[in-house]
Amino acid sequence: MAIVVDQVTKRFIARGQEVHALQPTSMTIKDGEFVAFVGPSGCGKSTLLNMIAGIFQPTTGTITHDGTEITRVNRAVGYMTQMDSLLPWRTVEQNVRLPLQIQGISRDEVEDRLDQMLSMVNLSKFRNHFPKELSGGMRKRAALAQLLIYEPGTILMDEPFGALDAQLKLVMQAELLKIWADTKKTVIFVTHDLTEAISLAQRVIVFTGQPGTIKHISEIELGDNRDVFKNRFEKKFQDYYEVLWAELAPEIHKGEDL
Amino acid sequence: MSTKTEIVEHSEDRPNFRSDAVAAHEAAAVQRRRILFALQIAFGVFIISFWEYASGALIDPFFISSPSAVVVRLYEWITDGTLATHLWITLYATFAGFTIGSIVGFTLGFLFGRWDAIATIFDPYVTALYCLPKIALAPLFIMWFGIGIESKIAMSAVIVFFLVFLNTFGGVRDVAQIYINTVRIMGANEWQLLRSVIMPSASAWVLTGLKVSVPYALIGAVVGEFMSSNRGIGFLIAQASGIFDTASVFAGLVVLATSGAIISAGLKKFEAHTLRWR
Repeated sequence: MAIVVDQVTKRFIARGQEVHALQPTSMTIKDGEFVAFVGPSGCGKSTLLNMIAGIFQPTTGTITHDGTEITRVNRAVGYMTQMDSLLPWRTVEQNVRLPLQIQGISRDEVEDRLDQMLSMVNLSKFRNHFPKELSGGMRKRAALAQLLIYEPGTILMDEPFGALDAQLKLVMQAELLKIWADTKKTVIFVTHDLTEAISLAQRVIVFTGQPGTIKHISEIELGDNRDVFKNRFEKKFQDYYEVLWAELAPEIHKGEDL
Repeated sequence: MSTKTEIVEHSEDRPNFRSDAVAAHEAAAVQRRRILFALQIAFGVFIISFWEYASGALIDPFFISSPSAVVVRLYEWITDGTLATHLWITLYATFAGFTIGSIVGFTLGFLFGRWDAIATIFDPYVTALYCLPKIALAPLFIMWFGIGIESKIAMSAVIVFFLVFLNTFGGVRDVAQIYINTVRIMGANEWQLLRSVIMPSASAWVLTGLKVSVPYALIGAVVGEFMSSNRGIGFLIAQASGIFDTASVFAGLVVLATSGAIISAGLKKFEAHTLRWR
């Protein structure tokens, strides 16, 4: 049992107002599972992800990761957001090396892994470039290499490909699926995009509008060797889409009233 | 279709690939730089020639001297060692003031930036001190440190301190939370966070503070020398103006301007290298 969320709620105080971001929510995410959270803006899906990352703490309830309660920044996870988190003052190579450097692993030991990671994400020839010199897709690939090099068991992704164009998004999704198939890490993937969620995840969790909690869960069975470019045209895929959309649509409209 | 693929392959496989078009573009840029440099020189030559002509023909040389007289005076100063002695004193006070002011400014700016409570407690006092005209402190420093070099160092350190302090403070406040979170999740402790995120992120601000404060460090030292001293470029200028020796006054000003320009150019180079990621 990898991640157990038990009756977790979260409220924020902002400008003298109390905002309920998350109503009591419980779930269990198994080792090696790929789970997607979908829901309208402000439904608490990113909030829950941030709490799993330990960036902030639940107001009530507990989250445990491999049996340990998360009370501070969770160092057993890798975290990737829509924003560029590569440090702009470091080259690609220095960025990818950073997690190992922080763990105090000696330079010689790092080199092999570094080469391997850079070639995996196709950036070997750009290792000495600064982030500003790369395209958006390259920056995402570099961030992915940085995330994977220290081999966290769990990867948290908050709309990681949100800022990319449609084609690049597909390419990155395919790469992510391939990496997931190879490494069998636990992945929690937050997105607005239902198609993306169904393409990637084994389980899609729909959140209600603010204040959010789990509304619906669909197990997605599209086989082991998925193809993000073609799966979406299958009948089965469209059936999942319709079921999930029927759950999601009223929540989106609820958000518009606010 | 095939050409398209080729272009992509070029850029992926050979990031430093230079085509003829790139070479032509760069040649044009070099050409442009040369023309601008020539104009730069021409402007200087024009001003100096006009000064030389105006001196005597339009304005009494008693007030504005002339470039030739200034060059002669500079030559005398160089040969008899006057320049070396006095310039050394001024530069020494400048650098000592700059170093002390920037170390203290950086450290305090950093603490204030990292700890909200400290910033809140001391904010009104710092603002009040910042608003003082620093020159007004000169007589006090002369009382405290005497008319030797120490009072000049103090003067220049105080001026530099505020500039570096405020910039460091701003820079540390400006670090994006996303970088801090990312590096924390990687397992960074406070010290690593400081080294890998906060310092480099704030460096742009800190460098701006340092760059701006160089001329002020020089000003601090020279003001100190004006007030009371028997050495330094500021003393030379003050003494020369006392005896209406305009050529020496201008010679002193030329020395100060040139030193300031050289130091600033050095810092600019350093900044361009350090901030090449921007």
